[in-house]
Amino acid sequence: MSRLAARFAKLAAENRAALVTYSMAFDPDRAASQELLNGLPAAGADIIEFGMPFTDPMADGPAIQYAAQRSLAAGGTLKGVLEMIAAFRQGDSETPIILMGYYNPIYSCGVEKFCADAATAGVDGLILVDLPPEEAGELLPSCRANDIDFIFLTTPTSDDARLPVIVSNASGFVYYVSIAGITGTASASASAIGDAVTRIKRHTTLSVCVGFGIKTPEQAAEVARLADGAVVGSAIVAAAAEAKERGENPAQAALALVRELAAGVRGARG
Amino acid sequence: MTSLNTYRAGPDERGHFGIFGGRFVAETLMPLILSVEQAYQQAKDDPAFQAELRTWLKQYVGRPNPLYFAARLTEAFGGAKIYLKREDLNHTGAHKINNCMGQILLASRMGKKRIIAETGAGQHGVATATVCALLGLECVIYMGATDIERQAPNVYRMKLLGAEVRPVTSGAATLKDAMNDALRDWVTNVDDTYYLIGTVAGPHPFPAMVRDFQCVIGEEVRAQMLEAEGRLPDSLVACIGGGSNAMGLFHPFLDDSSVRIIGVEAGGHGLDKLHAASLTGGRPGVLHGNRTYLLQDGDGQIQEAHSISAGLDYPGIGPEHSWLHDIGRVEYVWVKDDEALAAFQQCTRLEGIIPALESSHALAHAAKIAGGLPKDHLMVLNMSGRGDKDVNTVARALGDDFGGSL
Repeated sequence: MSRLAARFAKLAAENRAALVTYSMAFDPDRAASQELLNGLPAAGADIIEFGMPFTDPMADGPAIQYAAQRSLAAGGTLKGVLEMIAAFRQGDSETPIILMGYYNPIYSCGVEKFCADAATAGVDGLILVDLPPEEAGELLPSCRANDIDFIFLTTPTSDDARLPVIVSNASGFVYYVSIAGITGTASASASAIGDAVTRIKRHTTLSVCVGFGIKTPEQAAEVARLADGAVVGSAIVAAAAEAKERGENPAQAALALVRELAAGVRGARG
Repeated sequence: MTSLNTYRAGPDERGHFGIFGGRFVAETLMPLILSVEQAYQQAKDDPAFQAELRTWLKQYVGRPNPLYFAARLTEAFGGAKIYLKREDLNHTGAHKINNCMGQILLASRMGKKRIIAETGAGQHGVATATVCALLGLECVIYMGATDIERQAPNVYRMKLLGAEVRPVTSGAATLKDAMNDALRDWVTNVDDTYYLIGTVAGPHPFPAMVRDFQCVIGEEVRAQMLEAEGRLPDSLVACIGGGSNAMGLFHPFLDDSSVRIIGVEAGGHGLDKLHAASLTGGRPGVLHGNRTYLLQDGDGQIQEAHSISAGLDYPGIGPEHSWLHDIGRVEYVWVKDDEALAAFQQCTRLEGIIPALESSHALAHAAKIAGGLPKDHLMVLNMSGRGDKDVNTVARALGDDFGGSL
């Protein structure tokens, strides 16, 4: 059983949703981002999304745009990202890690080599914002050959005609982008999220995690009542960046927020 | 060179020209670009749409514009007969409006009320703002803060035309970053907004659609040259940033094997320094919705381009050009900033035509090769835009003092 499948099975047994966290590799620097990554499971992250920096993050709002710029300035590379995951795996063999980013660095590396290297490092899944089902065919065989789940995004614009196209190749879980927009901006209403999750589940048996616009423990708890997982990204990235500005430890500030979010998610169905 | 029955059949139904093109966009945008594709297919086959477009191009844009025999440039170059396709005489001063006119009619057909666009030099922004004013549509233009500074007159033109110009400060604050922000806007305003991409790039169907709207350039050249000389031209030369003026000139001639076709990229300070020659100095990658040649580092991070011409200052190129490059049907070369600047001055002095710095790249290459060609060789050079917008840049580059008036 894959780490993702095992994790969702465990969560189902506990009757609770997953807290899925996002942080950017090498933000604000390698050491701080490794400290944050290593601390996430103990702080309550059930699934970890780890951002791969890209110069042109078209789907991201300011918080993650700046994170990518800081990461690249700090020397962030794909090779370095995989080294950080390998280091994390020395202390944690159970928490699923999903790489999230854009396609070009992977295409540049070569999809076969990248997937093999990622699997060796301990990567479980991949989310590529600019690789929709229409173009994912060139990457999926390499993902499958290396037991890496390719997680597709569904959005408010994915209608009932399109959902089957998306989920037919999905594995791991289905990510629902709860707003039409970029990361870290507007938030969807609970009723809109609930309706969307219900609609997606008519087309797939996979777990559905919801992201975009979830910033507070209260919002995370609300989503945790409606879906199989709540994804928080920009708020965590911003917490680290703001701490750094104040001269405080960015990793510990982010982990403090993760603990609050985890408490929200864990108490949601109580 | 690969030999095909036709070079004009692309893209395939998924928007691919060989390995290039495609639809590498966020899922939120997929339904939107599929609906643009569907609407465009219907419009393309609708005689009423085509007739309306032709009317606007004639009455408003001022087409057909001349194919002008440049006798003094011909004499100065000392070889081939030089003809200039006068896109600079279009309303708003460049070829950009051909595409804007077509896409705005499409957007109206689709019931969209809000138009967004990216712009580098400001020519596409001005053309977009112009047709939005004409049809009474809301218009938002994304423009890099760096470009706003160096293209101030165009920024003010857009504002006069009623457009909102949003400065983009992310990244290097140039055209690439403006395109990122336009995509971010579109993904956020999916219901009422149409993204009017200004060149033959972006996700399918934009590269093919923009090409189709620009093909009026090459179609006119064909008819005009037959009338002037009784035969087809021997060579075509056009500058390339994203490549829409070039594609519009080239495409109608791709299957005429006697016609030599040359695209001129911006070599900036030289290929070992900062430049914008994606085909010569880049390699295939994925950005802004399509696979194409890109300037990028070894880790697949996109690099900043440089050209004296803001309109060519982009690290990518339209995917069909990448394909034509790889199969060898079109030759792609590059000229440097200073060569373009010299050509700018030469054309202005000899012909009384101030060319855009973009078009000056094509002139500079023609100057290099025309002298070695026979005197009956017919060369068509696309004068893609006028250079009024560039006088500040040129003055700075030449170290001229405008007496503080600029």
